[in-house]
Amino acid sequence: MNETAAPSNEETNKNGSSDLEKNTTFETLLEVHNISLSFGGVHALDEVSFDIRKGEIRAIIGPNGAGKSSMLNVINGFYHPQKGSITYKGNERKKMSPQVAASQGIARTFQNIALFRGMTTLDNIMTGRNLKMKKGIFWQMLHWGPARNEEIHHREIAEHVIDFLEIEPIRKTPVGRLPYGLQKRVELGRALAAQPDLLLLDEPMAGMNVEEKEDMCRFIIDVNEEFGTTIALIEHDMGVVMDLSDRVVVLNYGKKIADGTPDFVRADQGVVDAYLGVSEK
Amino acid sequence: MDMEIINFLNLVFLAPFVEMVSYPIFFSEVIISGLLTGVMYSLVALGFVLIFKASGVFNFAQGAMVLFAALTLVGLMEHGFPIWAALISTIIVLIALAFVVERFMLRYLINQEDIILFMATIGLTFLIQGFGETIWGSNVKPLDLGIPSESFEVGGLLLNEFDLFAAGSGAILVAVLAVFFHYTRIGRALRAVADDHQAAMAVGIPLKNIWIIVWSVAGFVGLVAGIMWGAKSGVQFSLSLIALKALPVLILGGFTSVPGAIVGGLIIGVGEKIAEIYWGPLVGGAIENWFAYVLALAFLLFRPQGLFGERIIERV
Amino acid sequence: MFYRETGQFKSSYKADQAIFPLSQDRWFILFLIIIAFLVIPLTASEYLLQAVMIPLLIFSLASIGLNLLVGYAGQLSLGTGGFMAVGAYMTYKLTTAFPEINIIIVFILAGLISACVGLLFGIPSLRIKGFYLAVATLASQFFLVWMFNKVAWFYNYNSSGTITAPPRELFGITVTGPTATAETRYIVVLAIVCVFALIAKNLVRGRLGRSWMAVRDMDIAAEIIGIRPFQTKLIAFSISSFYCGLAGALMVFLWLGSAETEAFSINESFYVLFMIIIGGLGSILGSFLGATFIVCVPILLTNAPQLFGLSMPIDLQKHIEIMLFGFLIVFFLIVEPHGLARLWQIAKEKLRLWPFPY
Repeated sequence: MNETAAPSNEETNKNGSSDLEKNTTFETLLEVHNISLSFGGVHALDEVSFDIRKGEIRAIIGPNGAGKSSMLNVINGFYHPQKGSITYKGNERKKMSPQVAASQGIARTFQNIALFRGMTTLDNIMTGRNLKMKKGIFWQMLHWGPARNEEIHHREIAEHVIDFLEIEPIRKTPVGRLPYGLQKRVELGRALAAQPDLLLLDEPMAGMNVEEKEDMCRFIIDVNEEFGTTIALIEHDMGVVMDLSDRVVVLNYGKKIADGTPDFVRADQGVVDAYLGVSEK
Repeated sequence: MDMEIINFLNLVFLAPFVEMVSYPIFFSEVIISGLLTGVMYSLVALGFVLIFKASGVFNFAQGAMVLFAALTLVGLMEHGFPIWAALISTIIVLIALAFVVERFMLRYLINQEDIILFMATIGLTFLIQGFGETIWGSNVKPLDLGIPSESFEVGGLLLNEFDLFAAGSGAILVAVLAVFFHYTRIGRALRAVADDHQAAMAVGIPLKNIWIIVWSVAGFVGLVAGIMWGAKSGVQFSLSLIALKALPVLILGGFTSVPGAIVGGLIIGVGEKIAEIYWGPLVGGAIENWFAYVLALAFLLFRPQGLFGERIIERV
Repeated sequence: MFYRETGQFKSSYKADQAIFPLSQDRWFILFLIIIAFLVIPLTASEYLLQAVMIPLLIFSLASIGLNLLVGYAGQLSLGTGGFMAVGAYMTYKLTTAFPEINIIIVFILAGLISACVGLLFGIPSLRIKGFYLAVATLASQFFLVWMFNKVAWFYNYNSSGTITAPPRELFGITVTGPTATAETRYIVVLAIVCVFALIAKNLVRGRLGRSWMAVRDMDIAAEIIGIRPFQTKLIAFSISSFYCGLAGALMVFLWLGSAETEAFSINESFYVLFMIIIGGLGSILGSFLGATFIVCVPILLTNAPQLFGLSMPIDLQKHIEIMLFGFLIVFFLIVEPHGLARLWQIAKEKLRLWPFPY
């Protein structure tokens, strides 16, 4: 019924928000509506609404402390908003829970890598498959028959992810010993192993050099194009944002100040004042 | 059948309270006795709090240090040292101990996780205990401080001079420490170190010296506690079991709060005594063995950070 | 030169996931098993069996239990002694009440009861972490020991408060009680420990093991990727208590013959904790190594002075033993926090390269 077509820049509307629904119908995967979140007296998010379409790469940008990570945390249920609702795959909720988010196909990476330091790369990625593994303790104790076959099946999937991310050599290395850039890649692998419908990436390029960034960009694009995974991405590197994303949301002090294609957002005066500064061309 | 249940409910939920009210003088004595024991617990807990505040290390070896201090004191006195010389020597020994612990153990464990540090202090406990027992033997040793221990009556209550003296000394020590922490430069430095070792180093606070100071102070506090306990019931290895008892105190009071350690100690002391006297006979006694821990457990379920502790917010 | 992997390629994930992927390791284990099952019972003295081999195995089992909880799942517990007591006392009650039931079944049932108790005392782990949890486990330790002391039902109202293992048979051979020989008891213990060590190894290399380690390393992240931390912790508590309970039952029925609550005091909890620290947290092999170490040190201390023609008074031995343990704990935690198991790994790696230095 709905077509998932990649939005193109020509369809940008001239005023206010980009109202693309007029020309082509897109399937909305996730919509957050009037989300307000505060901790004590601090308002992290203030009536933020936007949507993410299936198959797109959506960037969330803004100065530090704007509420970007908090937004991701709300989406996957780590924080519960005081107001507003989240609609995912057609189901509207007042708040998400991590279990539900994970089982419904939301996966994410974290700003400060949240890998399991004591485990190897392979094991970390296998934990991404945890929810999909069903065989109970009794079979696991025997490690034979059903449990073993299940283990092997999921191992294959994990290995596909490892191949995809080109991290075969560090398969059996405890992740605590890996350099930062590789750790970020393993974390991406863990998220990918869950075969998510929506992938939330919190500053995936932070702290990387040019080469590593290019690799990561390539992976992100591949994930989006090959697997059709919808991606929501927090990122500070404007070059990356402009190149990669289909649409951008800009937050400032917990409020949304712009929403549209990268070019549109870049030209918006409010965004320039708050975040980008004068753009050099 | 019904009578049995009623009888049971009566025994557990009604009779003890009736007894408390009908013999108020005895009840007050029980409370006072509990408070005095509680002061002891507070002192030991205080030692833990000091070290935890300053170095973020939960020093399980506190109990062993108390034991070692008391043993040293007693041992020296047995060999003919007059009490003042023995006291001073013991303090010197404690400072030396603090120095050795910092130099050979703490320094290497700065970056490890809490659980490793905790287990290292458990090992340290055994090391100190074994060492102390090797030197001084493991028999119970009497400790005579020359403090009178007569009992006298006040308003119908039976009090003991010694207990009062112990409580008084404890209170004074606690007050001094509280002032020290809040109003002196060293106290501030100690608090900085407790928050973040690396940051404290970065602003020039000499970590090593601070730790030595703290462990010495904690050792001194332990010494006072050990002396008090030891003078009351003889100095023996079970003193290190007191360290375990301090844990529920810390749970109630929080690991980083000086007033918390005091209040917690008093609550546990009183709670234990009351439970033992009024409910103990129902179940064959010795409730004191576990009551404190179960109380702490119940507390944890409702307030994981204790009465005074800080709420830990975890960020991702 | 001998211990190399070259030429040993795995062409299936199944082969790669085996417990002993290298064929040299497999031969070594086979060799060990043959020695353990055939050579030792025939050649070892009663003293060696009773004072070294049997307790070594029993404490390995307890260590595995504690390691699953502390090393893999990251939940610090000081309640090991209490859970061992549950296993021992429940075995006593069950077998005295139902003497016809096979003793192995009784052991397993007692272990299951222990698991339930562990589950109960693990409930606080929902809200409590780290040291606080350790204190909560102390509550279980002191309470359980007190209970087995005071509630006479547990020791069948006998006047001494001790529980004694009545004679029981397996396949017609007496295995418990005063007439059971050290060899028979050793074989039974060995068989039980082998089976359950294998089960433990299977658990930790599968989904459950990974869930435990995830919760240990960062339970918030684990929760976010869909692992249920509370359930995972509870399962850890139950399975750990099962192992400790089983070890406690074996301790009374197949080693000591009788016991009082003293045998399950807080000191036992500390000893098993030491075993897993020295042996290596998060390692099944480490549990064995640590238990071996801690069991053997007192034996060495007792016998070594005689070798040198000296004699040491008993209590001095005890003090030195305590000091040595304490020292080793601190030493290992500073030098090699991953214990003997890591040292073993390093040794194997060096062996792979031998005779080359790197």
